[in-house]
Amino acid sequence: MRRGLTTFNIVSLVIGFGFLYLPIILLVIYSFNASRLVTVWGGFSTKWYASLLRNEQLLDAIWVTFRVGLISATIATVLGTFAAVALVRAGRFKGRTLFSGMIFAPLVMPEVILGLSLLLLFVSLGMPRGFWTVTVSHATVTMCYAAVVIQARLAAFDRQLEEAAQDLGCPPIKAFFAVTLPNIAPAVAAAWMLAFTLSLDDLVIASFTSGPGATTLPMRIYSQVRLGVSPEINAVSTLLIGLVATGVIAAYLLQMRRRSEA
Amino acid sequence: MTERSRPRLNIGAVRSTFAPWADPAAKPLVRFENVVKRFDGDTAVGGVSLDIYPGEFFALLGPSGCGKTTLMRLLAGFETPDSGRVTLAGEDLAGKRPHERPVNMMFQSYALFPHLSVERNIAFGLKQQGMPKDQIADRVTEMLALVRLEGLARRKPHQLSGGQRQRVALARAIAPRPMMLLLDEPLAALDKKLREETQFELMALQQQLGMTFLIVTHDQEEAMVTADRIAVMRSGKIVQIGRPADVYEAPNSRYVADFIGDVNIFEGKTEFADGTTVRMASGEAPGGFDIIEDDLLEVGSTAWLAVRPEKIEVHLDEPPAGPNRMAGKIADIGYLGDWTTYLVELDSGRTIRAARANATRFVDRPVDWDDQVWLTFARDAGVVLTQ
Repeated sequence: MRRGLTTFNIVSLVIGFGFLYLPIILLVIYSFNASRLVTVWGGFSTKWYASLLRNEQLLDAIWVTFRVGLISATIATVLGTFAAVALVRAGRFKGRTLFSGMIFAPLVMPEVILGLSLLLLFVSLGMPRGFWTVTVSHATVTMCYAAVVIQARLAAFDRQLEEAAQDLGCPPIKAFFAVTLPNIAPAVAAAWMLAFTLSLDDLVIASFTSGPGATTLPMRIYSQVRLGVSPEINAVSTLLIGLVATGVIAAYLLQMRRRSEA
Repeated sequence: MTERSRPRLNIGAVRSTFAPWADPAAKPLVRFENVVKRFDGDTAVGGVSLDIYPGEFFALLGPSGCGKTTLMRLLAGFETPDSGRVTLAGEDLAGKRPHERPVNMMFQSYALFPHLSVERNIAFGLKQQGMPKDQIADRVTEMLALVRLEGLARRKPHQLSGGQRQRVALARAIAPRPMMLLLDEPLAALDKKLREETQFELMALQQQLGMTFLIVTHDQEEAMVTADRIAVMRSGKIVQIGRPADVYEAPNSRYVADFIGDVNIFEGKTEFADGTTVRMASGEAPGGFDIIEDDLLEVGSTAWLAVRPEKIEVHLDEPPAGPNRMAGKIADIGYLGDWTTYLVELDSGRTIRAARANATRFVDRPVDWDDQVWLTFARDAGVVLTQ
């Protein structure tokens, strides 16, 4: 049997990866451009990174985004865990299908509609839009993703472990924390990472639910780009890519180590 | 469930003086009172009453789906009875949740906590009791020695062999010194040799700890070897309770006779019964059957005679005519080393199973396929069953 890559494979890989990564590579390269003009290469420079550090507006947006991400991902993970436990453990309770449908519906719902409905809710509640409305909105939407990830792991978890813990004198809720949680921890961590990432790069929902003083990074980038692409945006995007890539690689290595232990 | 009284005959090859169930003053540790449990309309346990005494090694034996595991889970608290009562040391267990019951269970899958080391698995129950740290350490060391796992304290469950995991599960369940240990098919995952060894280890351990053990198994050999008494279950009901020898030698029904060990069952009509002997007419044996049996059976009724293969003798020379004698032809031979099983096709067309211990290395005349043989058995070899 022939092994290795055929010409067809190579061509499809080049085209596929080209579409995916060429724009990103360009962006990274131009973040080191000495020229202010985005399309003209004016020599290597890191001055945009330096000027980024002096751009209060961008730094503020980064700080807001991280706070929103951390808090909303944590809320989403906790709620998602509860939802997953209810779905996997409660068996066939009345309205289970409706419940699971309602949990998973936001996965396929257009973000614009989610954002709009959340905005309407906050308006009718008379809540001033700002940091907390974005955070709550992100938690609401990413909770569904967290629930899906955790549910998959929980379904494969041997229920008898919890029974064994109870049998040895551990009350049910304590048994969940002492036995179930440590065993589904990788999925919980993965769910948190997913929720954090989703929050990090959300533009649509944040645009609807944010208010003055709570501009997230994607919102800031988007509004600046409308006025023309600045090399500072390239620099902040490069940093963001670096951060996400580091996170993904770290998670992968962690998982590999866990697997080789197991 | 009444046990048959046989005042003149000693049943079985084992003599045991431990028999609290025969003592009217003895108080049971566990009492099931007419317990019923249904799942979605299917009756898993259909009215079971059962007493288990302190220090007893009790076995629930039956095919899968007979309700034996449900009965155990009712005791552990993972199921609640639809009606009836379960008491432990005189105390009603209703409303007590699993973690409040002083019984521990060893799960069929062992259910070891994968994220904890062997020693922390064993310490888990002790921690829940709030035992001080140094005492926990002592108890864990003691338990590891008891199940011979001294060097493996820091291993994780996935680094252990099946037999070692089984011993960790056992140590974890007995470490908190429960009033009673429940074992759900504890040896099912082990290979045959290890299973046999472990059966004897379990018995020794139970004696050493003086703990009451309840074992659930579908393996009759496991139940026979380990238990003081066996309850044979069928479709959610107990059909017979007795010592292993009672259940084997004096089954009360064709179901029990057939479930425990091999058995040949002959149908016949009782011709004579006087409380010491029963005579039966049967198409299988021209001379009829003549059995020592102290039950007074109604003459002329249909009855079944159950005879174990090892109690049937195979003759190559024709024995004198008389009762308990059948003629046939060797249809098949199964040589097991210690035993040889003969399948004998009778003149009536039925196939009978006879077994012989291979007590010597040499025989004068080996038995061959298609040999004409005669089968006989002693008057005390069979048991007459009416249901």
